[in-house]
Amino acid sequence: MAEKGRSSFRNPADESFAAKGVLLFLTLAYLALFLILPLASVFIEAFRKGWTDYYEALVEPDAAAAIRLTLTIAAIAVPLNLVFGLAASWAIAKFEFRGKSFLITLIDLPFSISPVISGLVYVLLFGTQSVLGPWLKSYGIEILFAVPGIVLATVFVTFPFVARELIPLMEDQGTGDEEAALSLGASGWQTFWHVTLPNIRWGLLYGVLLCNARAMGEFGAVSVVSGHIRGVTNTMPLHIEILYNEYNMVAAFAVASLLALLALVTLALKSLLELRFGAGAAGGRH
Amino acid sequence: MEVTINNIRKEFDRFAALNDVSLTIGSGELIALLGPSGSGKTTLLRLIAGLDFPTSGRILFGDEDASRHTVQERNVGFVFQHYALFRHMTVAENIGFGLRVRPAKSRPPKSEIRRRVSELLEMVQLGGLEKRYPNQLSGGQRQRVALARAMAIEPRILLLDEPFGALDAKVRKELRRWLREFHDRTGHTTVFVTHDQEEALELADRVVVMSQGRIEQVGSADDVYDRPGSPFVFSFIGESSELPVEVKGGTVLFQGEPIGIAGERDGAGELFFRPEDVALVDAPDALSGKVTTSRRLAGTRIVEVDIANNGHAPYHVEIEVPLHAPVELGADIRFRPSRWKIFTKS
Repeated sequence: MAEKGRSSFRNPADESFAAKGVLLFLTLAYLALFLILPLASVFIEAFRKGWTDYYEALVEPDAAAAIRLTLTIAAIAVPLNLVFGLAASWAIAKFEFRGKSFLITLIDLPFSISPVISGLVYVLLFGTQSVLGPWLKSYGIEILFAVPGIVLATVFVTFPFVARELIPLMEDQGTGDEEAALSLGASGWQTFWHVTLPNIRWGLLYGVLLCNARAMGEFGAVSVVSGHIRGVTNTMPLHIEILYNEYNMVAAFAVASLLALLALVTLALKSLLELRFGAGAAGGRH
Repeated sequence: MEVTINNIRKEFDRFAALNDVSLTIGSGELIALLGPSGSGKTTLLRLIAGLDFPTSGRILFGDEDASRHTVQERNVGFVFQHYALFRHMTVAENIGFGLRVRPAKSRPPKSEIRRRVSELLEMVQLGGLEKRYPNQLSGGQRQRVALARAMAIEPRILLLDEPFGALDAKVRKELRRWLREFHDRTGHTTVFVTHDQEEALELADRVVVMSQGRIEQVGSADDVYDRPGSPFVFSFIGESSELPVEVKGGTVLFQGEPIGIAGERDGAGELFFRPEDVALVDAPDALSGKVTTSRRLAGTRIVEVDIANNGHAPYHVEIEVPLHAPVELGADIRFRPSRWKIFTKS
């Protein structure tokens, strides 16, 4: 390595300068075309008519309601899936039981089926033609075309994120640390709190970030169960669609930019974690 | 603390990992559980600790039935094979963990914990490393932190699972000597698991040789090496050769011919002898075979001999001969075991 790449003895896994250049150019060009350009256009479009219109579009009652609803949904769905993800990965990684691989497949289900179908499942379950829907309605509980339905659909779509992140991590770590803590006299709860949780904290945080991003951005499943009632059951993605269909470009892109900003913040947070705690830290390994 | 193990059986999915194991460990003894992998030695250690529970049988600490108690209640110090140090805690926090998690009324004050931690660190010769994290330590240092952490709870017994397994040869030797000194100084009843016979024989007061979920023999290093109680122990501990023989009227026959040694019980059996317990002879009634290799080993010479077996694959025997003995490759050599053991089939 002393001769700065001029040596005829190259690392066998290394590529020539030209090959590296082409690969790098392709990657960057692809990213620019499909990622950066659209993202930039969202912001450009949002600010086309200046700050005032941008601001107006966000504080307009229906938009504000949509933002509030989206935050509420995420505030319910993310903690639920955090607890579920922890419990599921704990069970899968630390215990042996029958049907374990089936359970893992089941957890992946929301990833493998279209969100629209996830939404339709709830329509079938709670719709006017179903058994459950009218029964619940007789007690004054509305699921479909109301906030509970949107929460359910969001929880369904986002539940693999935390579990998926934690299962390989916890399997990798095994039960040695927990046994050590128990043998030193720690209770089950102390072991979880002082040993298990710190061991998985970065993986958990990363899973939560991904889960949150999806919970706020989910469109398909939510669209089916929401009923699109302005100011009541419209989340941010649904509100954006409505504005777009009304040719209200500035407002549509203003709300869209807020949603995009959220994704960017999530990404930045993740990079920050990796920077702070070393490569791979935020990705799951201790 | 005396530990008594009474007729322990442990099954995993119907497979018996331990089968009717009984053992008494004296107070202050240093005991090695020695056996090949799958012999059940780690299972036995985990049962003593309370990390697993027996299918049947009892474990007593003194007079108290420990089988009724959880791992927390048993108050044992367990050192794990890969140390299982808490990676997000410093060395000091690791060692103090067992004291910090105690319920409020038995928890020592912070200053007392700090004092104890630095005392333990001195004891394992790691003073000054309080603020390091486990990944900033060498393997040997981690091992000693794990030991200090286990000692911090003032355990009634100390259990170590393959304590030197993950260390390189030199560190292993050092730590072995150090652990012996440590044991003599603290006087804890100590049980460790190993598959390394050299380690077991050198370190332990008594060695428990295990195979296939059973105890084959319990005894001092001299006992298990010089007076092996079973064919397994004979072949597992040290070097040995094995030949099928028949005892008839007190004479040992190999392939129908007398080989000049005596046997006690009549019948077919297996003759065992060690390479060093062999004498070269010049007599017709002896073992004979062809020298295949010869290699110098420190003060002696090791000779490998093939004994013909009626057209089947020859018996392979290793013997130790004096350096001056005339040994030629390919030549025939005659010898007799000077010390041997015959396990007759009943």
